[in-house]
Amino acid sequence: MTDAPMNGQPGEVRRGLSRTDTMETVRKGLRRRYAAERRFKWYGRIAIAIALGFLVVLVGSILFRGASVITQTHILLSVELPMDAFSVDGEVTDESLQRADFGGIVKQALRDRFPDVSKRRDRRTLYQLISTGATYELRDHVVADPSLIGQTIDIWLTASDDIDMLDKGYIDRNVDSTGRRVSDQQIAWYDALIADGRLERHFNTTFFTSGDSREPEQAGIWGAALGSFYTLMVTLLLAFPLGVTTAVYLEEFAPKNKWTDLIEVNINNLAAVPSIIFGLLGLAVFLNVIGLPRSAPLAGGVVLALMTLPTIIIAGRAALKAVPPSIREAALGVGASRLQTVTHHVLPLAMPGMLTGSIIGMAQALGETAPLLMIGMVAFIVDLPGGPLDPATVLPVQVYIWADSPERAFVERTSAGIIVLLLFLVVMNLSAVMLRKRFERRW
Amino acid sequence: MIYTIALAALAAIWFASWKMGQGQARGIIAGGQRMHSLPSHYGAYTAILAVVPAVLALLIWSIFQPLIIDGMIVSSLPPERQALDDLFLNALINDIRNMAAGNPVRDASDPVIIAAAAELSGWQTTANFMLLALLGGLAVIGLFISRGQVVPEMRARNRVERFVMVLLILSSTIAVITTVGIVMSLLYESIEFFRRVPFYEFLFGLHWSPQTALRADQVGGSGSFGAIPIFMGTLLISTIALCIAAPVGLFSAIYMAEFSSPRARSIIKPLLEILAGVPTVVYGFFAALLVAPLLRDGGAQLGIGIDSESALAAGLVMGVMIIPFVSSLSDDVITAVPRSLREGSYGLGATRAETIRLVIVPAALPGIVGALLLAASRAIGETMIVVMAAGLTANLTANPFEAVTTVTVQIVTLLTGDQEFDTAKTLSAFALGLLLFVVTLALNVMALRIVRKYREKYD
Repeated sequence: MTDAPMNGQPGEVRRGLSRTDTMETVRKGLRRRYAAERRFKWYGRIAIAIALGFLVVLVGSILFRGASVITQTHILLSVELPMDAFSVDGEVTDESLQRADFGGIVKQALRDRFPDVSKRRDRRTLYQLISTGATYELRDHVVADPSLIGQTIDIWLTASDDIDMLDKGYIDRNVDSTGRRVSDQQIAWYDALIADGRLERHFNTTFFTSGDSREPEQAGIWGAALGSFYTLMVTLLLAFPLGVTTAVYLEEFAPKNKWTDLIEVNINNLAAVPSIIFGLLGLAVFLNVIGLPRSAPLAGGVVLALMTLPTIIIAGRAALKAVPPSIREAALGVGASRLQTVTHHVLPLAMPGMLTGSIIGMAQALGETAPLLMIGMVAFIVDLPGGPLDPATVLPVQVYIWADSPERAFVERTSAGIIVLLLFLVVMNLSAVMLRKRFERRW
Repeated sequence: MIYTIALAALAAIWFASWKMGQGQARGIIAGGQRMHSLPSHYGAYTAILAVVPAVLALLIWSIFQPLIIDGMIVSSLPPERQALDDLFLNALINDIRNMAAGNPVRDASDPVIIAAAAELSGWQTTANFMLLALLGGLAVIGLFISRGQVVPEMRARNRVERFVMVLLILSSTIAVITTVGIVMSLLYESIEFFRRVPFYEFLFGLHWSPQTALRADQVGGSGSFGAIPIFMGTLLISTIALCIAAPVGLFSAIYMAEFSSPRARSIIKPLLEILAGVPTVVYGFFAALLVAPLLRDGGAQLGIGIDSESALAAGLVMGVMIIPFVSSLSDDVITAVPRSLREGSYGLGATRAETIRLVIVPAALPGIVGALLLAASRAIGETMIVVMAAGLTANLTANPFEAVTTVTVQIVTLLTGDQEFDTAKTLSAFALGLLLFVVTLALNVMALRIVRKYREKYD
């Protein structure tokens, strides 16, 4: 504000106010109005801060909880492999090897390590230091090298999930023993093992290479990742060609009439139908009427394809629209047919945009859970799927299954599963962005 | 397995016949004649004639062959086995099929199964040979016909293009077929449901407990299907979500559109949109693991009893999820407000905040309402957050600290696990689904219409 007169001549001052009074009112009002302006700006900043803060807390808390899955606690045991445990009539055969009591041998090794444990109950708590899967680890080790039989070997075996959680600091040993999953005795043994250097954390290969399990320390993400891969392959093979051809038809050839309008309205509405409805469709039609196998990536892929189709069509049409009409006119002008114009000139130019849209659609499909619950992909499946017809689960559903499990160690697995899922999503979206940047054309 | 072989064979025939037709046309051209179309068009024409009838035959075969073979198995069974009711008969057929495929069978020593399995594998081998012969025959006939048609006068390009056009049109109808499929499947199962449970009881009943008695003598298992508590739960959670998302989304949009620099905006907008890209199961885990316990403990400190599956936790997290839906769309409509309105307001001496409050928001209001409606439809249809963080039992309350259930939660709980498609319990999920579909569709149509009207106003 300057001191220049604002209200014209002094004689025009109305309502008995002097000129300085008016200026004073305006100035006061201005202060209030500028304060309101600043407040308003801050509301916006706070809103954005809230939204982004949530994002940071969300990702941060999950990273924080899941990162420790990289390692897994192992215990070094001296295991005695007596000849007579593996042989029938003094002879070691494949069959006698398979039948040997590896569980008993592991337990014996634990008893040898802690010889002063004698009560049955205490022994049982002692056995709980080691994962139930350790039996199979030992068996695989011995089957791979039968010459070990008769010797005493040192072998790293997977510790149970409770010991793993204790080692990673998720279980507070200062809490009263009734309130925690690890007994005082187990903590004492754990400390003894640490003092011997017989307890270490190694890279967690199990998590990245195996399927689901009821035991957290044996559960892995690989089965779900394979399931997601097969499901997305089916989705891509169906949705991409259908989406591209539909977009081409609607954008390049369709006459403007009621039928085309109907198709367009349909596509827009399908894009906003809740995903669970597609699950109901899959259950009622694809499983019950057509008879696709339950829990199989094939059925899941078909359902997700219908779901992502609108995304791909809408992105495809935008990409086609961005190709300038001069390209079409030039092609038509030198004698190409309409179809040749599209396939030889327009489509190649629009392809990067279409691929970008498809990748984004695939990323959506990868994160989708609800419709897959409807068609039985929520089953507990240990085996790795070998193809799109085998029962399987997918990454987000695996996260859901683990999130439902009560063991503390599954919280870590769930978070780690989410990290894997988010990594895939980030890679897909980044590649979409790169594709757009790389091939973006300004006409 | 046989279908993989058949498809591979068809692919081989496709390429071979293409080359054949093309070669034939090239030969004619080399002979000095002018053809109507390019050689590749003749190739495509030949390939279409050779392969398309075979593909159609394969499709029909894959539908009818299992039915026919099942019928043949049943008629080959001893009469007392044929008289079994459908359930046992199907189990028997499954066993026979598994036996023939070499999979483990419950009763591998049953002579009837062994005999039937042997016969089945014989038939299957015959059927497979028949299929391959049929496809091969159709391909040869197609090639034979096309042989005589590759002549200079034949307009191969026009025919091929007409065929491609038919394919394009067919694929564009998939969207319509999907919608029809959704409506039909939901309607069909819902009508079954409403045959058992009166329509008005479903819409206006106050009590929901879908457990029905498996045996006649069970107590309290009559099942009641009054969906009002579920609707109220859905409404409560969605309202909480909108109470979060509407102000946060709207103020973010206003800030991005009116105050921030283009650079800041180009960073903030994609960051906000990440919120919409995070899978909902992640939000569900976040809500159940972090937000709900936090609220429960916080409530306990303040002396308020908050359930660990409270509507508040689910609604809060859902609100965060739908922020980008509100902010993105509102941002679009706010930037679409013509400059002249802004400049007129500035010219009269209004500050930016006043302009926004008194000019821009009223001008963009229809678009903002549309954005909110779309966000509401997202919230109502959202599944995983509520499945993981909201309650399972229906509870008629408006208290956000209690556990309530929603339409989507009920659909998931009713349909995961074992299903019997002739009980009201399973069918009720489809009735809920139909309702969900209708409501979200109505919201979307309304929102899209409002937004379109608004666009027309300023274009």
